[in-house]
Amino acid sequence: MFGKLSWSAIPIDQPIPLITSIVLLLVIAGVLALVTAKGWWPYLWHEWITSVDHKRIGIMYCLLGVVMLIRGFADAIMMRTQQAVAIGGSQGYLPPEHYNQIFSAHGTIMIFFGAMPLVIGFMNYLVPLQLGVRDVAFPTFNSVSFWLTATGALLVNVSLFVGEFARTGWLPYPPLSETAYSPGVGVDYYLWAVQISGIGTLITGINFVTTVLKMRCPGMSYMRMPMFTWTALASSLLIVAAFPILTATLAMLSLDRFFGWHYFTNTAGGNPMMFMNLIWAWGHPEVYILVLPAFGIFSEIFSTFSGKPLFGYRSMVAATLFICVVAMMTWLHHFFTMGSGPAVNTAFGISTSVIAVGTGVKIYNWIFTMYGGRVRMTVPMLWSMGFIFTFVIGGMTGVMLAVPPADFLVHNSMFLVAHFHNVIVGGVVFALFAGLDFWFPKAFGFRLHEGWGKASFWFAFLGFWITFAPLYVLGFEGMTRRLQHVNQPEWAPMLYLSAAGVGVLAIGVVCQVVMLVVSIRQRERLRDTTGDPWDGRSLEWATPSPPPFFNFAVTPNVEGEEAYWGIKLKAIESQGLGPEPQYRPIEMPVHSPVGFYTAVFAAITGFSLIWKIWWLAGLGLVAAFAGFVIFAWRDIHEFHVPVEQVAEADRARRAAREALLARLAREGALP
Amino acid sequence: MTDAPLPAARETIRRVREDPHRLGHRDLHAREAIAGTGHGATGPAHKRVLVGYGFWIFLLSDIVMFACFFAAFAVQRGATAGGPALREIIDVHRVAWETAALLLSSYTCGLSFAATNARKLVATQAFLLITGLLGLVFVGLELSEFIDLAGRGFVPQRSGMLTAFFGLVGLHGLHVTLAGLWLLTMMAQVQVKGFRPEIVHRLICFNLFWHALDIVWIGIFTIVYLLGAAT
Repeated sequence: MFGKLSWSAIPIDQPIPLITSIVLLLVIAGVLALVTAKGWWPYLWHEWITSVDHKRIGIMYCLLGVVMLIRGFADAIMMRTQQAVAIGGSQGYLPPEHYNQIFSAHGTIMIFFGAMPLVIGFMNYLVPLQLGVRDVAFPTFNSVSFWLTATGALLVNVSLFVGEFARTGWLPYPPLSETAYSPGVGVDYYLWAVQISGIGTLITGINFVTTVLKMRCPGMSYMRMPMFTWTALASSLLIVAAFPILTATLAMLSLDRFFGWHYFTNTAGGNPMMFMNLIWAWGHPEVYILVLPAFGIFSEIFSTFSGKPLFGYRSMVAATLFICVVAMMTWLHHFFTMGSGPAVNTAFGISTSVIAVGTGVKIYNWIFTMYGGRVRMTVPMLWSMGFIFTFVIGGMTGVMLAVPPADFLVHNSMFLVAHFHNVIVGGVVFALFAGLDFWFPKAFGFRLHEGWGKASFWFAFLGFWITFAPLYVLGFEGMTRRLQHVNQPEWAPMLYLSAAGVGVLAIGVVCQVVMLVVSIRQRERLRDTTGDPWDGRSLEWATPSPPPFFNFAVTPNVEGEEAYWGIKLKAIESQGLGPEPQYRPIEMPVHSPVGFYTAVFAAITGFSLIWKIWWLAGLGLVAAFAGFVIFAWRDIHEFHVPVEQVAEADRARRAAREALLARLAREGALP
Repeated sequence: MTDAPLPAARETIRRVREDPHRLGHRDLHAREAIAGTGHGATGPAHKRVLVGYGFWIFLLSDIVMFACFFAAFAVQRGATAGGPALREIIDVHRVAWETAALLLSSYTCGLSFAATNARKLVATQAFLLITGLLGLVFVGLELSEFIDLAGRGFVPQRSGMLTAFFGLVGLHGLHVTLAGLWLLTMMAQVQVKGFRPEIVHRLICFNLFWHALDIVWIGIFTIVYLLGAAT
């Protein structure tokens, strides 16, 4: 009846997952009770869960990402403390089978459910605003994407208290991940969680390629698009090219595990190395899917806080697309030790080194953007400068690893661990924190507290380096990754230092939380009344904070590079906003529960496939098809926003801008 | 920008109104981008352009997925593990009939869209039905091939080669089956709702999907069956 599922799936005998899951369940129950008691369900259902507004979906993505970053960080704390105590005679507090689940869950959660939702959340929130349009190309599919990602996150977290998670690393290498060596449900949890969220990501990629290429406001030619939108386009193109490879690879591994096929087994003609090639043909572009939008965020921040247009905009676009293409040609450097022979290894070593040239162009462009500018040392700027320092070192260790003979010496060592945290934390996570601070006032109408933001940056920056610099040293000393127990006492000092670094990093995380609480309490003091708190340059700053759900009362008409900067200069020169435009009713897509509905049945189907409850999986698929037909049958796709509502919102925006102009004139700031 | 006078024929006027961007009917050498196509700096594209464009991107991603299964087949082609070789399991005659059915279904699918363009309900439905029946013949023949092979003990669990064979051919068969389900849904929608713009957009996507599956099958027919039988 219930497949492999039974009461023994609940980890009664393992205190750490048991207590964590009880606490988690209590927190969830508490939140649900609060929402019910306060009567917030109708609001949540109508305004958020069924919303197809790209801004709401973007915020939900970011929320999911932040919660999952904290979950992944808890895993990180456990790993670093375990390695600091399990030295010599001590076994530490985590048994091997649990430790293996933790490092697997850490990587999976951080990449798929922390970094990806945050990056996609930023794309969702910003791309339509920067393009001067009212929504993405397929708003309802956008909601489906989000809910599928949330389903994947749910399944990973369910594995904490029903069954177990994979012990095979964040990429389940066969033959270890085959049924013969991993008979439990851990790998199945991984497969279905990542498969379901991967389909969501693929739909996002399709959506954003179409949006950027086909939905720009009049005058927004390619060479006038803001840098973040360019990187979002490059990232979406990589999603469309790479995520089907992930889907195919995971499907093959599932066939092996479910039906005993022989794609990746080490018997009967299976080929484990085919898995490495396929998974990294997705996995390497994935790195750039994450880091390109991060580069876009930094570009916007450097330009805004230096008061200058981005230096070398065209070379930046070229470098982005260069990286986008070459990203698909470097995958083999993840397994130089496979032994493909000197010719193949050399080719991939060269392509890997060459991709650093594109990144180098970007680094110089950012530095020259600051050169001669009036740099404001705000919190986003601190993260960005910390990024340049951190990322350059991470990039150089990457070029070291790109040289095959050098790679043979440090392959799968702590040096590698330090390297990729160096680029992903220093590149992607720093960008996300910078971006959160930068666009928070746009999304919520008030700025974040500057003092706590700066404290959080310094603790996180120093904590990062104290944690990972020792790992470089340990890698050179021969320590391999994923060790549950360390039998070399001479490595102890560096491991202690690294564990202390995580403590400093944790203070940075606490500072972020405090910053959020303090900012919400002081929101009236931090209120952004103008919609343009940082003296911005792209179109999102032309809207009020937060923007109305239709974004723009009148579609903007772009007349040059840096669309909003041009509009602003014109207003300042003429000391006025120009005549009031002719308002028209606006057509907007209606909200739809189809995304949530899809997620519910994806969760049921995924869960029953993990536990091999075949009838329930079948039922879930039938229900999914029924939902698809019902959705296709609806007749009303759009509704009209009455012209009065549009006019009212836009008059308020214009009044705020007029007030700002008047204030600038009073203070003698106008030319 | 499209200030050219409308052609006189009533049918053409209707077509132009439904397709204001004159997709496929434009002067190829026009220098200026046309509003509603999303080209250049002319503003957002029309819904019809968006839907078709997005679906093309989806098709590209789907073809990348097929490419992975083709790659796996290429890698494992010789991995027979003591089991049968590829040429021993292939019955080219049956596959020839399969191919004929699928290619013919592509033709009838095209005819159904011509009928859609002429807004002829009965003809659209009839050709969609024929398309679906030919698809059924294709899937039926493929199933009989699989059952036949399984009866001789040639199952995917036997060897890496058979895994890759069943995976690639089966994935295509699964696509055709799902497309058939979609086709039935579309027929019901056309019947109930008529040729409303969003229904026509979906018919465009369905046509694209069906033809794409045909193209993939040509790859499978050539690489798996013809080359497999020859060597």
